[in-house]
Amino acid sequence: MPLLTFNDRGIYCERADVYIDPWKPVPRALITHGHADHSRWGNDHYLSTRTAAPVIRYRLGDIDLEAVEYGEVRTINGVKFSFHPAGHIIGSAQIRVEYKGEIWVASGDYKLEDDGLSEAYEPVQCQHFITESTFGLPVYRWITQEELFADINDWWRQTASEGRTAILTGYALGKAQRLLAGLDTSIGKIYTHGAIENTNEVLRKQGIKLPETTRVNREINKKEYPGNIVIATPGAIGQPWVKKFGNASIGAASGWMTLRGARRRRGADRGFVLSDHCDWPSLLEAIDLTGADNIYVTHGYTSIFSKYLREQGYNAVELETEYEGELAEIETKGSEETSKENAVADGE
Amino acid sequence: MKNFAELFRRLDRTTKINAKVAALADYFLQVDDEDKLWTVALLSHRRPRRTVNSKLLRAWASELSEVATWILEESYHVVGDLAETIALVLPPPETDYDYTLTYWIDYIEQFAGYDELGKKEAVQEAWRGLGTTERYLFNKLITGNFRVGVSQKLMTRALARATGIEETNLAHRLMGNWTPNDTTFEELIHSESATDDISRPYPFYLAYQLEQPAEELGDPHEWQAEHKWDGIRGQVIVRNDEVFVWSRGEELVNDKYPEYDILAKAIPNGTVIDGEILPYKDGKPLGFNVLQTRIGRKTVSKKLLKEAPVVLMCYDLLEYEGRDIRKLPLSGRRELLERLVKEYDTQGILQLSPVFHFAHWDELAIERETAREKYSEGIMLKRRDSEYKQGRKKGDWWKWKVDPLTIDAVMMYAQRGHGRRANLYTDFTFGVWDGDTLVPFTKAYSGLTDQEFNKITAWVRRNTVEKFGPVRSVKPKQVFEIGFEGIRKSTRHKSGVALRFPRMLRWRHDKPVEEANTKADLEGMLEVYGS
Repeated sequence: MPLLTFNDRGIYCERADVYIDPWKPVPRALITHGHADHSRWGNDHYLSTRTAAPVIRYRLGDIDLEAVEYGEVRTINGVKFSFHPAGHIIGSAQIRVEYKGEIWVASGDYKLEDDGLSEAYEPVQCQHFITESTFGLPVYRWITQEELFADINDWWRQTASEGRTAILTGYALGKAQRLLAGLDTSIGKIYTHGAIENTNEVLRKQGIKLPETTRVNREINKKEYPGNIVIATPGAIGQPWVKKFGNASIGAASGWMTLRGARRRRGADRGFVLSDHCDWPSLLEAIDLTGADNIYVTHGYTSIFSKYLREQGYNAVELETEYEGELAEIETKGSEETSKENAVADGE
Repeated sequence: MKNFAELFRRLDRTTKINAKVAALADYFLQVDDEDKLWTVALLSHRRPRRTVNSKLLRAWASELSEVATWILEESYHVVGDLAETIALVLPPPETDYDYTLTYWIDYIEQFAGYDELGKKEAVQEAWRGLGTTERYLFNKLITGNFRVGVSQKLMTRALARATGIEETNLAHRLMGNWTPNDTTFEELIHSESATDDISRPYPFYLAYQLEQPAEELGDPHEWQAEHKWDGIRGQVIVRNDEVFVWSRGEELVNDKYPEYDILAKAIPNGTVIDGEILPYKDGKPLGFNVLQTRIGRKTVSKKLLKEAPVVLMCYDLLEYEGRDIRKLPLSGRRELLERLVKEYDTQGILQLSPVFHFAHWDELAIERETAREKYSEGIMLKRRDSEYKQGRKKGDWWKWKVDPLTIDAVMMYAQRGHGRRANLYTDFTFGVWDGDTLVPFTKAYSGLTDQEFNKITAWVRRNTVEKFGPVRSVKPKQVFEIGFEGIRKSTRHKSGVALRFPRMLRWRHDKPVEEANTKADLEGMLEVYGS
């Protein structure tokens, strides 16, 4: 019996009777990070890193959550569990599981590049590695974030010089803060969509330093927006909410912006290739760094990526899970749902 | 090429017409005449000769990037565009080649004289020194046409802005049978009269579908009504004892329709007719599927000429006695057209598209109901005092098509789309019930909104039964109303039928899957409408 198995609730450790990132309610859940597809409502007991905990509490409400430090070992029925930085978002972790010399790592979502906000990724040696493959195709290669933020700031500067508002989209937890941190605030002021500002407040309270932002609200005179930038959720675009910004240029920041089809479909004026996931070369690098022979490929281009790994000599299998990776950034929600979200975000 | 790549990025970034025109106009002011000429050519669907097939291109990209061909192929299914896939998988450039667009086109045209190894070295050499966008454009130049969301009309407007030549004159000069190898930019845009190039057609005037009730068009006496015949829109030109036949796609199609050759002698020089290339026998039009047997064939056999003869169903007269008469009112042009067709013996090759007189819109609605039986797509409505405009314009001309035939079908397979729709499931196969099994009978790609495609994509991901390469079979749960324009027997399709212009009209969330139509229903339609 392997130490970890996969069932219709999530990644399961039978010996300790705990789940990692379950998608159905279970008694005890270990959570890699606070994104909704990894951290779901309804479990009896949660365990996460100390920096991930505030956002998880904010999102899931009154839950029984215990927090640990990175590297701290918890032993349950002889099985050792520890959390290690995954570099995906603030507080994100890879979960290491060890029992009698058998070592597994469930990596959740991760990236190798240090974004300056998230605790930087650390490779963890193991025999069994569970990896995502959101961008597991050789067409996905990121440029460095320095080049990328230079592009974003050039675009903002250009937009501002035309007397227009720049609107830049990214999901509320993780991407939005990374964008904030990379902006050149000498160009203008930063406004935020309510859903993003709510997350910012939680993060600031736990001591994370973010640039100064102003929540978009109805008291702000519309004439104040041109020249400045608004950070919005992807779902806000195409909604009446954006009308208040007048003549705006819309930028979308996502790994999907690599592809021309996705850029054009998003209806954005500019697509910036920025992801909190690994590109193709770094997925391969990460797998190599673990030293693992057995690779379990969860969400993304699972069948292609696992087949590729098998060709490279790994013992790789494809898993059916309910994780979504960056999918939320290309699948827009129903308009009703989003307009409600916007109304709430503006305090309307 | 850097200017051209920047132009491409600017065009690709926006959907706003003014921004596109501005990007093009800026570009036309930056580059030399050779590059201008090639840009005009590329944006009017003229492209360099194809010297490398895409299979070789894949192999060379795979070799240079050390990515196995199967994974390149899988990537292509996700990206939806081979040129883009290759541009993305290649390793970052090692050097920077900064040459003009014309340089690279010449470079590609040279390939014709190389052997396979020579071509491979030349292509890989170019890849090594081009950035991602330049590589993509280079690949597009090799593999075929690229769509940048710039219509010929928009390009013409920008060129008008950059050169100061009036847009309509320019539009006319850009039509016809030129290639960048047999003209110069100056010659092309400054040629003064239509006879400079005797084959040059006039831009087609196209109509929008009528959305409002026909009654709202006002007094029936102000309108001319005729059938919208179901063939290929064409323009026949007789000048200098020669005949030129243009299809609406601005393709010279003389070779495919030798029936029109006699017109060179039969009607006077200086005549240009707008009409429909229509299969026609014993005084009656034949179905579009009869014409389909001729489309795509370069040479026409005697047998085919006998089985599927075409006439020109004449709609309008654009040039008369060598004069451009497009500014005359339609009623005047029609009178001249009737005179022309009656006066000269064309052995029945020129047929007048009959106009019908109606005092009330109801009468016309009844005629429209019978259109499908007459192999017509519906009714064309043209204001009697309208001039012949260029391009698709609202107001004076409307097409009032018959409602499509419809059938409720169950989604069986889904495949990712291409281009703008890459990564979304947009290509579906639909089936109808035969007892308690589903029989696939058609594919459909269009008709849903982006938001619906997003929703169905999410659904497909979660309801996949099996994967076959890029195709997924899905649980039989979703019903769609499929609209189509015609149905015929087919031996190539398992279901025994082939549909014309199938598309999704509606996602029938309300319909239980058991209530979708059956194979018997389809056969019933074949009986009534099949040809």
